Amino acid sequence: MAELLIELLSEEIPARMQPRAAQDLARLMTGGIAERGLAHGSVHAFVTPRRLVLHIEDLAPRSPDIEEERRGPREGAPEKALAGFARSAGVAVEDLELRETAKGRFWFATRRAAGRPAEEIVAETLGEVIRSFPWPKSMRWGAHELRWVRPLHGILAILTDEDGSRVVDFEIEGIRAGNLARGHRFMAPEPFPVSGFDDYARGLEAHKVVLDPEQRSRRIREGAAAAGAALGLDLVEDRGLLAEVTGLAEWPVPLAGRIEARFLDLPPEVLQTSMREHQKFFSLRNPQSGQIEGFVTVADREAPDGGAAILAGNARVLAARLADARFFWENDLRVAREEKLEPWLAALEQVTFHNRLGTVGERARRIAALAARLAPRLGADPALAEQAGRLAKADLASQMVYEFPELQGVMGRYYLAAAGFPPEVAAAAEDHYRPQGPSDAVPLAPVSVAVALADKLDMLAGFWAIGEKPTGSKDPFALRRAALGIIRILFENDLRLPLREAVAMARSDVDIDDLLAFFHDRLKVHLREKGIRHDVIDAVLGLPGNDDLLLLARRAEALAAFLATEEGENLVQGFRRANNILTAEERRDGVSYELDPDPKFAETGEERALFAALDAAETQIRTALEREDHAGAMAAIADLRQPIDTFFESTVVNAENSIIRRNRLCLLNRIRTVCGQVADLSRLEG
Amino acid sequence: MDRNDAASDAPASPAAPGRGVAPEKPRSFQEIVTRLQDYWAAQGCALLQPYDMEVGAGTFHPATTLRALGPKPWAAAYVQPSRRPTDGRYGENPNRLQHYYQYQVIIKPSPENLQDLYLGSLAAIGIDLLLHDIRFVEDDWESPTLGAWGLGWEVWCDGMEVSQFTYFQQVGGHDCRPVSGELTYGLERLAMYVLGIDHVMEMPFNDPDAPIALSYGDVFRQAEAEYSRYNFDVADTDMLLRHFEDAEAECRRILAQPEIDPKTGRRIVMAQPAYDQCIKASHIFNLLDARGVISVTERQAYIGRVRALAKMCADAFLRTAEGGFSGGEREERGQAGGEGAAQ
Repeated sequence: MAELLIELLSEEIPARMQPRAAQDLARLMTGGIAERGLAHGSVHAFVTPRRLVLHIEDLAPRSPDIEEERRGPREGAPEKALAGFARSAGVAVEDLELRETAKGRFWFATRRAAGRPAEEIVAETLGEVIRSFPWPKSMRWGAHELRWVRPLHGILAILTDEDGSRVVDFEIEGIRAGNLARGHRFMAPEPFPVSGFDDYARGLEAHKVVLDPEQRSRRIREGAAAAGAALGLDLVEDRGLLAEVTGLAEWPVPLAGRIEARFLDLPPEVLQTSMREHQKFFSLRNPQSGQIEGFVTVADREAPDGGAAILAGNARVLAARLADARFFWENDLRVAREEKLEPWLAALEQVTFHNRLGTVGERARRIAALAARLAPRLGADPALAEQAGRLAKADLASQMVYEFPELQGVMGRYYLAAAGFPPEVAAAAEDHYRPQGPSDAVPLAPVSVAVALADKLDMLAGFWAIGEKPTGSKDPFALRRAALGIIRILFENDLRLPLREAVAMARSDVDIDDLLAFFHDRLKVHLREKGIRHDVIDAVLGLPGNDDLLLLARRAEALAAFLATEEGENLVQGFRRANNILTAEERRDGVSYELDPDPKFAETGEERALFAALDAAETQIRTALEREDHAGAMAAIADLRQPIDTFFESTVVNAENSIIRRNRLCLLNRIRTVCGQVADLSRLEG
Repeated sequence: MDRNDAASDAPASPAAPGRGVAPEKPRSFQEIVTRLQDYWAAQGCALLQPYDMEVGAGTFHPATTLRALGPKPWAAAYVQPSRRPTDGRYGENPNRLQHYYQYQVIIKPSPENLQDLYLGSLAAIGIDLLLHDIRFVEDDWESPTLGAWGLGWEVWCDGMEVSQFTYFQQVGGHDCRPVSGELTYGLERLAMYVLGIDHVMEMPFNDPDAPIALSYGDVFRQAEAEYSRYNFDVADTDMLLRHFEDAEAECRRILAQPEIDPKTGRRIVMAQPAYDQCIKASHIFNLLDARGVISVTERQAYIGRVRALAKMCADAFLRTAEGGFSGGEREERGQAGGEGAAQ
């Protein structure tokens, strides 16, 4: 058994593409090798900013010889047929053999392929993988035709077994595989020979490269926390940033510094965003005051001065950035305090939101009007909701948001508070964008809820009205997120809001059924994450009030809970039996058995019992539904299980007497309609 | 330079960048410029002069935009004054200027060791590569007005963006074959970093010990204020709109001429004169933008109009000898060689 080591050395790979690239390399190489019949053991892939690395253990020395036998035409078949068979089997006609079988004498072809050495298979697969590698974005360079994420410079490919290691004979676009690895670009660039994976990993460590991203990530986190602790500050965890900087350094060295005192009165969000987005710095917090007071930059090297020059340079860049931020903050505060944000509102009248949906100013007015109309249903003050809606987008015209778009809303909250607007109005500016992702909290304050719903309804209704709906993977206006946001806001605030009415308040020219179907799709996705099957939701979608998403969800939850019980499962079986018979008979007879069955034609006790049970269930369901007691309604149909079962055990539906038969079929239909008041059980799968 | 040689020695190491080079720190803005000139001259680049038109970035110089097209090898470096009217701050902002300098290097095909060559240029201007943290951070370049894009990085030195590094993939809608490597240094920002200056206007322009020592502010502060006022409040927008239309029309008219010059009887495709009009339209658009008379929706339309011109100029350049056209007479090269700047 051998081990295979491959390193593809290139210019810097974008950090965001690295994890996926390592997975793809492992998947495609092992897939290609296995397809060629070569067995292998465990597989490990690694990635650094400059290298993609694959390590495969227990690689078979060669693929097995194969012998494949195929039966062809019967003895005496025309020559043409024989020739065709030989060709398709990949053998010569004279190599076909006649053999005796239980069914007579047939021609057989035996194709033999000798196994191939691992090296040959690896080289062939590697060429194919490099040429078709699924980079999200790739490029050509120089006079090459090959595409790679950035120029590819070196390939290390060696097979190692008990006899030693040898270079895989491989070349692509003038790049020959070798056994030399290179270390860190600046700290240890000289090449060194490698004889196997352990040797390679040790060699890299000695040449200032941490191969394993997890190890780099750990070093950064621990190093950053330690560097912060040395200043008496706590590291603010940031997993997204950690993942990114892990892809920006082969030899990460965290260095901590303090933010100059003159910047400490900037809002913490401004400090953090400026540091994170522009500089890729972690933030450090003073554990006593909770203030952001320091930063950690992650250098990609050790330096003879202990990183002093690097830290000083980074601190200067940060100071320049924060001086800019401070300039914007002070200018913006002046507009907020002295002019109550009016110049920004005027500016937004000039900013196009979408050329068919008007300016941002118009949109803000629409949101304000809608928020005011929704407010009474949400327990919010309509006047405050109107004001909050009108002002919610004002900060988009501020200098700070122009510079840091990710601070939209947050700055609005600061500026509205500074201008002296009510706290509910200021809070809505920030909260109305929420939830921005699955982990983001939803607004809970009534005014914020009103503006958040109005904001999203205006988007959805607007884009629906102009026919800009999401298709496939394309959702440029994030309408799926908006719909899901509405669902979460309604659910987490326990709000009943019929969407037909709400959408009509937003716009009158929307195909509401289509938009509602979109909401239902989003609802299915949302409930699936909570373990509710899509067919369970389908079963309750047809009921009246299906534009009330909270009501829908409660029905679905009650149905799911009911189905999990033995009674539920059995009732579904009984319902199906009734429904199947009825559907089959209706199809055969070409009529619908929708008349009321008459108990006077009931012949058996079981039949009469079913009549009585259905009457009882119907009453019980009606009262339960009136009280929105979904579990009670479920319990009512659960009571039908016993009478349905005994009915089927004792009674033949297709009676000789056609009147009795029709009456029984109408009785089955009644089962369907009674159950249908609670859920369309025919939509359930399995 | 052995640029045409594909990576034949794959795992062999390039020279350790910057090793053993410890040049003295430069003392002025202009010394940084001259060191870059000397460095890239030593790497075999033709040192060109700035293009004699108003442009928004060094990329607009025909030595980059047009020469990135077609199969002919090319290596040039130059300073290009660049104008971004919206960035004017009356000379008061420590970092922002409406007129600034870019240093531009373009080599086609991109050499295998372009990263190392680039790092050598940082060492040449006094950045000690042993003490500083140099990074290549993903930043793909796209110029909607030029119909051009490429992949590359912004280069960071201790967290400061000091250059753009791009492998051109398309220009004027045409695939670049071979691919050019392009380096753009924002000279003021880079020089401020190297010289340790916090406000651009305080940066020594010439040697601080010269008998008449001049700061960047001595040279440009007044002009920054003048242009800021002009760009934001005074430029005649009706005239500019007219000039935009004129430039656009002239560009199209030039390119509509027959390829055979009726006077000389020779085939002369006027790609560069047409491209001048494209550059002009682009700058006028920037001025109109600074005057705030272009709405968001109109913006896209204007960019599309300039891009259409750039595309036509690129098409035309590919019909010239320097653009690799081989269907016509060969003697036109001599004629083109007399045209000046881009040669």
